[in-house]
Amino acid sequence: MAVIGPSGCGKTTFLHLLAGLLRPAGGTIRLMGQDLSELRGAALDRYRGRHIGLVFQQFHLMRALNVRGNLQLAAKLARCSVSNDDLDALCRRLGLDGLEHHKPSMLSQGQAQRVAIARALVHRPPIIMADEPTSALDDDNARQVIDLLKETAAAADAALLVVTHDQRVRGLLDSELELRAPA
Amino acid sequence: MTWLRLAFANLGLSPLTSAVNVLLMTLGTASIVLLLLAGSQVSDTMSRDAKGIDLVLGAKGSPVQLVLSAVYHADVPPGNIPLAAAERWANDPRIARAVPLSLGDSYRGFRIVGTSAEITDVYGAELASGRPWTQTMEAVVGAAVAESASLEVGSQFAGAHGLGDGGHIHEYRPYRVVGVLAPTGSVVDRLILTSLDSVWDLHAGDHSHDDKAHDHADDEHSHGGEAHDHEDHDQSSAEKGHDHAEHDHSHGDEPHDHAGDDHSHGDEAHDHADHDASNGDDAHDHDHDRSRSEITAMLLSYRTPMAAATMPRQVNADPDLQAAAPAVEVSRVLQLIGIGLDGLEAFAWILIVTAGLSVFAALYGSLHSRRRDLATLRCLGATRSELLMSMLLEGLLLSIIGVALGFAAGHVAMEVLGGWLESARGVALTGWVWLPIETALLLGLFAVGAVAAVIPAVQAYRTDPARTLSEN
Repeated sequence: MAVIGPSGCGKTTFLHLLAGLLRPAGGTIRLMGQDLSELRGAALDRYRGRHIGLVFQQFHLMRALNVRGNLQLAAKLARCSVSNDDLDALCRRLGLDGLEHHKPSMLSQGQAQRVAIARALVHRPPIIMADEPTSALDDDNARQVIDLLKETAAAADAALLVVTHDQRVRGLLDSELELRAPA
Repeated sequence: MTWLRLAFANLGLSPLTSAVNVLLMTLGTASIVLLLLAGSQVSDTMSRDAKGIDLVLGAKGSPVQLVLSAVYHADVPPGNIPLAAAERWANDPRIARAVPLSLGDSYRGFRIVGTSAEITDVYGAELASGRPWTQTMEAVVGAAVAESASLEVGSQFAGAHGLGDGGHIHEYRPYRVVGVLAPTGSVVDRLILTSLDSVWDLHAGDHSHDDKAHDHADDEHSHGGEAHDHEDHDQSSAEKGHDHAEHDHSHGDEPHDHAGDDHSHGDEAHDHADHDASNGDDAHDHDHDRSRSEITAMLLSYRTPMAAATMPRQVNADPDLQAAAPAVEVSRVLQLIGIGLDGLEAFAWILIVTAGLSVFAALYGSLHSRRRDLATLRCLGATRSELLMSMLLEGLLLSIIGVALGFAAGHVAMEVLGGWLESARGVALTGWVWLPIETALLLGLFAVGAVAAVIPAVQAYRTDPARTLSEN
């Protein structure tokens, strides 16, 4: 699903609400049948880590860790055991083989984005949320990233939610939700 | 992936800052450890050397100087005292043991001590080889002396006048090593022990070996032209089957002279076989007038602790004598040393506090650049407590590395310094010991980094991921 809307309409806030990073002023958010308002503190953090894979526009990879370390950290925070073989397979699938020991500063933007996607998938979450994954990319690369997200989410049997103001994403995902700025 | 690895990796992001923090912690810790080791061992050594010595009799002057010179052999004595005056107190029923000391000569920086056999009991020393001295000019050397000066049973050496280097060498009368003591870890390891007679022979004031030929009053030896020298003297005595016991010593009223074959003794004739101090029970007879002899000091051990209440005061009333209690003077010296050590220790603690502040500044300063990392960790499932712990871990790591290096450096420095002090000053210190207080210090210093990281850790704990990530 694509969540599309102009800047300032609340797309990122919407994503943060779904991820449990913000609490709604009213109403209820259910994710995988779980009412997020029932979860507090560490329980909510663990639920988020285990069930949601987040991809950020600026990737936010850990600068101190190499590619493999970033993936292992995400698995650890999700309390998920991942074998080295699993990591190798994931890296191969995302074209990262040979880059496992590279620090983020040594990666191109495209490579860093694929690492960010791999990090969101490493613990096999049921939901993947991507925040503005294409805003800094040209048309070809934007298309490639969306295709990559769709492919990897499908392969992981995960739901994909892309939050963007990028109109180029329209029609690339199975469904769309358009947010409008309040009048 | 563990939090420890992440903490190491984060510290590696600013290697120079981390290195400076570790260095500060290392320097502070090493300084404190060095001072602790030195202070403790100096204190232990001083207490051990003074163990069994309740009172020191010596010349009037500084009691600290008397104790330092007579017990630790680390200072020049304040003067000499009449043996007879000292023996009056030595024979007091309150005294269990009295050991006379006569100083004045040295060999390669090691003091030659004229004394009695009981001195080995004072320091718990035992012979490793050889036998005790039985005649004049026989010597028993401490373990450190034997090793440093390559002396063994049968070796001969000539003492030099004075307790330092450069004194007149008594080549005419060499000592012969008859015994080597086993190491004790006390000051006796660095002493050359001999009979009082040996020292008196060489330092008898207006000591004239031959009224025509040999005079070495005040140790300015002037030898006459009649081919008399002490080497010859001894040799000729031996060749002639010379034995003091065979002489008809007639002691005169004058200070004794023992000019070889011409001993003249007066009516106080005695032989040294009867002397406590001579340690002799053989054919060694001598010609000293004990009533006029002087010693440097006498080490006394009480028979009863009650003696401590009265005896020092009574001795000090004697115009010729001073009594100094090593326990009192040691604590005074340690107090003086302690003032210096306290100053150095305060400086070391300033280094530690500086290191702590540096850790705080480094972690707090990194918070801004790491806000997004912290927010991302929360998004990935890290709890607030885990962020708090990870920041504390970074501070703790800096402490652990710095403190571990500091302890290692402190102990190694103590060992190196101890080696130098032992060879240069005769003070045996080692870095290969672990003091009980070091364990507490270790844990306390580990905590410095963690404490310094508390405020940055609380800031990390409060990171609001949604707000931080929305700031893009």
